[in-house]
Amino acid sequence: MSNKKLHDLTTQVRRDILRMVHKVNSGHPGGSLGCAEFLVVLYTNIMNRKEGFDMNGIDEDLFFLSNGHISPVFYSVLARSGYFPIEELNTFRLLDSRLQGHPTTHEGLPGVRIASGSLGQGLSVALGAAETKKLNNDTSLIYTLHGDGELQEGQNWEAIMYASAKNIDNLIATIDLNGKQIDGATDDVLPMGSIKGKFEAFDWTVIEVENGNDIETILEAMETAKAATGKGKPVCVLLKTMMGNGVDFMMHTHAWHGKAPNDAQLETALNQNPETLGDY
Amino acid sequence: MKTYTYTEKKDTRSGFGAGLAELGKTNPNVVALCADLIGSLKMNQFIDENPERFFQIGIAEANMMGIAAGLTIGGKIPFTGTFANFSTGRVYDQIRQSIAYSNKNVKICASHAGLTLGEDGATHQILEDIGLMKMLPGMVVINTCDYNQTKAATIAIADYDGPVYLRFGRPAVPVFMPEDQVFEIGKAVHLQEGSDVTIVATGHLVWEALEAAKVLHEKGISAEVINIHTIKPLDDKAILDSVAKTGCIVTAEEHNFLGGLGESVSRVLALNNPTPQEFVATNDTFGESGTPAQLMSKYGLNSAAIIEKALKVIGRK
Repeated sequence: MSNKKLHDLTTQVRRDILRMVHKVNSGHPGGSLGCAEFLVVLYTNIMNRKEGFDMNGIDEDLFFLSNGHISPVFYSVLARSGYFPIEELNTFRLLDSRLQGHPTTHEGLPGVRIASGSLGQGLSVALGAAETKKLNNDTSLIYTLHGDGELQEGQNWEAIMYASAKNIDNLIATIDLNGKQIDGATDDVLPMGSIKGKFEAFDWTVIEVENGNDIETILEAMETAKAATGKGKPVCVLLKTMMGNGVDFMMHTHAWHGKAPNDAQLETALNQNPETLGDY
Repeated sequence: MKTYTYTEKKDTRSGFGAGLAELGKTNPNVVALCADLIGSLKMNQFIDENPERFFQIGIAEANMMGIAAGLTIGGKIPFTGTFANFSTGRVYDQIRQSIAYSNKNVKICASHAGLTLGEDGATHQILEDIGLMKMLPGMVVINTCDYNQTKAATIAIADYDGPVYLRFGRPAVPVFMPEDQVFEIGKAVHLQEGSDVTIVATGHLVWEALEAAKVLHEKGISAEVINIHTIKPLDDKAILDSVAKTGCIVTAEEHNFLGGLGESVSRVLALNNPTPQEFVATNDTFGESGTPAQLMSKYGLNSAAIIEKALKVIGRK
């Protein structure tokens, strides 16, 4: 997909996120907006995906979302990648919907392979899927996304230790470094020091991305990450992003982590992101 | 009255090891994981024969449960092995979200359950695991009674598509179930026909129930003994058919009465046929150090306790 189309798709995904959370007055727009460029690039230009969906995902790349609260961006990108009808975004967080508050396999939503929401579990699951790919002689890759605050969960470090010890080199884990969590800046809530230093100490290959909201930069970084697989080490992409990216009043603050815009705020936000591919 | 004898005592965990080794030969999708307790779980043979299908996770049970969930994506059937305490309470949220809610085909195999772990004491003697696991929607809960049944159950659960909790133990106990038994998930096994009292037992208490029935028989009391190896889904019909004959019931398990087999049986009876029931179970307590026999005696989990409760419940009819 051309860069122009990627930009258009990202803008449309932002509109989807904003309209989804506004409709039900709940959900997590901040982190969703911050990861819109990344997920768009991943699903359109980076991952090798097959038509349709089956849980086993043999001979195709798989993605696991560990920070499940950014479900709005995940659902929008899945729908616009053809996994389920775009109109279904209208049912986000409603009773009897497949689009639960946090992603789940429970209602059979195509594109989702594990439930996430309770934090810190996604990397372990991805390791299992990576091990199965190796057993099956399947050379496709496993991609994951995690919040930076999420790294405070101890299970991550069990998984990070295992990944390098067992040479899981068919995995690219991306950390959304937006520096924010519910209670404030990660540096205020629980400073984690150098995340790069920590991953390197655990013997991972680390790729730093300074502007994680720039499509061209993400494309280049993910190609570099791909090239780093198959060399005996797990690969980590530290993606610096702006929470709330694309909506001026949602940027530079953690306030929109889990808060929906009101009618006037939605209008302002949508005006900053004019319709490109058509609203659902 | 049927006579049950045994020629040897073996630990149920060795039945798990033997079943897993068998699966290693017959089912190429079966993989095994362990959190630094290979010897205790008797997984050596599977590992020796299928090294590429074994994952040593280290002392990291949360990671083990997540990896097991992920291994199913692509068609593997993972069997996790560690102590019952570390298989359940320690990793409850990982099981809840990544395995049960995600409906992953993981077999959680738990050794050293209950008091019979012995001298290590209460930190390792979980008496709450059946309750924890049976509350999870979609989770099958099995507690086997001897070597042969554990081996048969291990093999059988590989053919069931969905999460299973398989509970067994540490000590050598009588081997009395047939080697060639057909293990059917959710199907109770009638061991003695009787008319005065029903004894429903699971795990290590099944042999104790047979011993109790023998003594009761000498006292002129006819006890029906049912081995409930599957606590969820429970064989409601077997329980209801039996109490329709006997009019009273004793449940026996190596577990807290809160959340255990007895409570599940109570619900079936309350909904269908309210019947006097007595519980052989621990009484909302932690365990302690001691030999398995000392502990089972002190906490009232042996044939003597079953006899006492049987006489009591007959008196309540």
